[in-house]
Amino acid sequence: MILLYIVAFILLCIACNQLFKVFELSRDLRGEPLYKVTDSDNQFSGRTFLLFGIVFFGFFFWQLIEWGHKLLPKSASEHGEKIDALMNANWAIVITVFLVVNGLLFFFAWKYRGRKDHKASYISHNNKLEMIWTVIPAIALAFIIIFGLKYWNEIMKKGSDPNPVKIELYAKQFDWTARYAGKDNEFGIDNYLQISGANSVGLDTNDARCNDDILVKNEFHIPIGRDVEFQFRSRDVIHSALMPHFRAQMNCVPGQVTSFRFKPTITTVDMRKDPQVIRNIEEINALRAKRGDDPIEFDYLLLCNKVCGASHYNMQMKIVVESEADYNAWLAKQKTFKQVASK
Amino acid sequence: MEHTHAATLHGHDAHDHDHAHHEHHQTFVQKYVFSQDHKVISRQFLITAVVMAVIAMMMSILFRLQLAWPGEKFAIFEILLGKKWGKDGILDPNAYLALVTIHGTIMVFFVLTGGLSGTFSNLLIPYQIGARDMASGFLNMLSYWFFFLSSVIMLSSLFIEDGPASGGWTVYPPLSALPEAIPGSKLGMTLWLTSMTLFVVSSLLGSLNYIVTVLNLRTKGMKMTRLPLTVWAFLITAILGVLSFPVLVSCVLLLIFDRSMGTSFYLSDIYIGGRPLEQVGGSPILFEHLFWFLGHPEVYIVILPAFGITSEIISTNARKPIFGYRAMVGSLIAIAFLSCIVWGHHMFMTGMNPFLGSVFVFTTLLIAIPSAVKAFNYLTTLWRGNIQYTPAMVFSIGLVSSFVTGGVTGIILADSTLDITIHDTYFVVGHFHIVMGVSAIFGMFAGVYHWFPKMFLRTMNKKLGYLHFWLTFIGAYGVFFPMHFLGLAGVPRRYYTNSNFPIFDNLVDMNVIITCSAILAAFAQMIFLINFFYSIFRGEKASQNPWRSNSLEWTTPMAHIHGNWPGALPEVHRWPYDYSKPGYEEDFVPQTVPLAPGEEDGGEH
Ligand code: HEM
Ligand SMILES: [Cu+2]
Ligand SMILES: [Cu+2]
Repeated sequence: MILLYIVAFILLCIACNQLFKVFELSRDLRGEPLYKVTDSDNQFSGRTFLLFGIVFFGFFFWQLIEWGHKLLPKSASEHGEKIDALMNANWAIVITVFLVVNGLLFFFAWKYRGRKDHKASYISHNNKLEMIWTVIPAIALAFIIIFGLKYWNEIMKKGSDPNPVKIELYAKQFDWTARYAGKDNEFGIDNYLQISGANSVGLDTNDARCNDDILVKNEFHIPIGRDVEFQFRSRDVIHSALMPHFRAQMNCVPGQVTSFRFKPTITTVDMRKDPQVIRNIEEINALRAKRGDDPIEFDYLLLCNKVCGASHYNMQMKIVVESEADYNAWLAKQKTFKQVASK
Repeated sequence: MEHTHAATLHGHDAHDHDHAHHEHHQTFVQKYVFSQDHKVISRQFLITAVVMAVIAMMMSILFRLQLAWPGEKFAIFEILLGKKWGKDGILDPNAYLALVTIHGTIMVFFVLTGGLSGTFSNLLIPYQIGARDMASGFLNMLSYWFFFLSSVIMLSSLFIEDGPASGGWTVYPPLSALPEAIPGSKLGMTLWLTSMTLFVVSSLLGSLNYIVTVLNLRTKGMKMTRLPLTVWAFLITAILGVLSFPVLVSCVLLLIFDRSMGTSFYLSDIYIGGRPLEQVGGSPILFEHLFWFLGHPEVYIVILPAFGITSEIISTNARKPIFGYRAMVGSLIAIAFLSCIVWGHHMFMTGMNPFLGSVFVFTTLLIAIPSAVKAFNYLTTLWRGNIQYTPAMVFSIGLVSSFVTGGVTGIILADSTLDITIHDTYFVVGHFHIVMGVSAIFGMFAGVYHWFPKMFLRTMNKKLGYLHFWLTFIGAYGVFFPMHFLGLAGVPRRYYTNSNFPIFDNLVDMNVIITCSAILAAFAQMIFLINFFYSIFRGEKASQNPWRSNSLEWTTPMAHIHGNWPGALPEVHRWPYDYSKPGYEEDFVPQTVPLAPGEEDGGEH
């Protein structure tokens, strides 16, 4: 069998070789070398660039129409609304530039395709023109920088709420633990040397403030309309806490405590009623039904967004946003660190 | 090889006689293997890069199959990756990460840094400045062999038991420092670090040589203001490399210490593998600062040579002077300078001081200005031209398009406020592939098609060149454009599969489009490979100046002779962009043509 393949391969090679020989012979007999670009080459390329430009823009708008609703739904946090507004303003500028410059490029590529009887204009520079296209981008960028930094400073500065909900997200390979500060609303300190099966996030048992801290897994709850101040820690490698629906992200760095603060504005239940969310969930469930998987409901999610090992793709936690009363009731049902430890 | 040195530095004529002499005494090994001739070294770089690129591309197809059809069985996984990583046609998650990591590393460093600069700086610097060879042929030879060695080590890591490095091409510790964290951080990481260190040695030897050569060995009349933009780009790239690559070595060295000597530069308060580590006081963020101090300039080290190449090709084939020569040089310098002070934009989400973040937002967005100048200057060069669509020219126009398309999304990413949502998502993957991957690869292809006659004395098939371009162009946008949408839908990068998040289930059609486009693009590269290797041996013979170009390389005879020019070195009388100059019969005026009485140099006045 293998012999047959080898023979076939050799025959193929010989055939190709003969074919190439014929091609080369005819090529070398021609007067004009083949590599020289002809008017019809220019015609073809110029037209194809123009056509490509049209199809390319078509593809762009097709994606917007077809996939626009699949992007993240409206922001579920207060600062996220600002981010979305800024994002849209920037998109307006950026997409204009994208369309205009690409449009001109493909148009010029067609319009100035070479012809035998033509000669290019000898134009080497134009100080005024160059000034204009240095200054205009500079102005647009000034706008982008000013608004970007204004929002950045607002988002990253310490919040004004003197009594925010405090939550620690603790990352390890490959899951999350959320810690609430408990009654005293203060986190006890931690010490990685004390990590053990029972003390998975390494709380320092000598610190009495740890006793009322509450540790939860799989899902954590936050109240609507309250400032939530997150701090982030990691046990082993760098992870990143991404909460896309809240437009929130921060790395979890071993040996360091990082922080981020936001105020949720839409409860999970209300978000499930958002038309865009409904449409997506319908699409998803239709696909799942075809595969025989169970339907899902919309939930806010915490994902890991910094490669952290084999199961990086599966480091998730559910986030529930609810009224403050529901949140308090849920929290009251959770066991404190002391209760768990003394069991 | 003493004579090469002397010949290039001083008068040439005295030495010309023994040139021919020497060549007869070269053995095959001296001539083709341990060669000190810039033309041979350039071809060595090119062939090595092509091999590496094929490997990295095949890797991308493998992990794209996984992403479009997760859980599906593909026999090819088991065939190519073996029982351990592709058991029963299912890709192992660690193997996925390893493929992504080595794909990125090879593409960025071995193809687009070593391959692109190595090939074209070596080929074009001596040719275009009118020099007999590089300042030091010996160091130049070492540069290639260090590159080769580092490639071999990188590839060898694919065959070891625990697999190659797999923490991403950025190899952030502690993941990369701790063998308990991921199998790829065992021997594979050691090999990665060794390979990269050798790579930096190669890059430094090359860059120093390029700088010295450009500054010292220009022929008579070749003022700096008469240098082709290719040479300017290679010079600035080399300077950038010399300034930033050593930082990578220190970065890597400290990681090696942490890995094997128990130091704690990057480690602190870590509990892993069921025990706490002793190391305290280090910071993984320090690594990120050091890494990106190289890492960001690196992306410009990748793209600037591509700019140089396309500037030359666009001007030649538009049959027009490059628009705004001085602005082009100025923007190259501005981009290079700014690229050294923007590294923090990769670290907005590390918890660094928001004020520091603001500074990096500012410097990063400043780069958009010289970049915009480049794009506009390309456009105006085409404007009222007489465009000759060689395969090199279509790729150059492709570069302008992809650079603009990828560049504008950079403006979004550079805005720290917006980066909060899209940092490390597929948006980033889409952005950097278009602006850096596609653009630089297009620049490289353009260079190969354009200077193939100088490298191999033949030409590549034109029609296949067009086919290659159009399929690649369509494929490239088909792969990387939809990735922006994935990212805006919240999909993180470096995920083995999205199927563990049901919320991403309805994005699968995007992933299928991406993978099909990737297969199309890969197929197009097969056309290139056939054309390339066939043409090396049997391509149509080229005339001396097939593209009717002005620069000096086209005044060398169609033979690979030692010392490039058989007689005296040419003398330069004008800038390289006198295309379609009024008063001349032909639409090009080579640099060696003396200025007519009263004629002024350097464009219109
Ligand atoms: C054949 C065409 C290519 C395809 C289909 C492709 C596809 C991809 C994909 C899907 C990823 C992300 C995987 C993930 O995050 O899970 C990736 C990563 C990457 N690619 Fe490509 N790529 C291609 C060519 C290139 C080129 C030309 C470059 C050169 C700059 C490049 C550089 C990178 C880098 C630096 C990464 C990041 C690796 C990491 O996350 O550590 N790729 N590629
Ligand atoms: Cu993680
Ligand atoms: Cu950067």
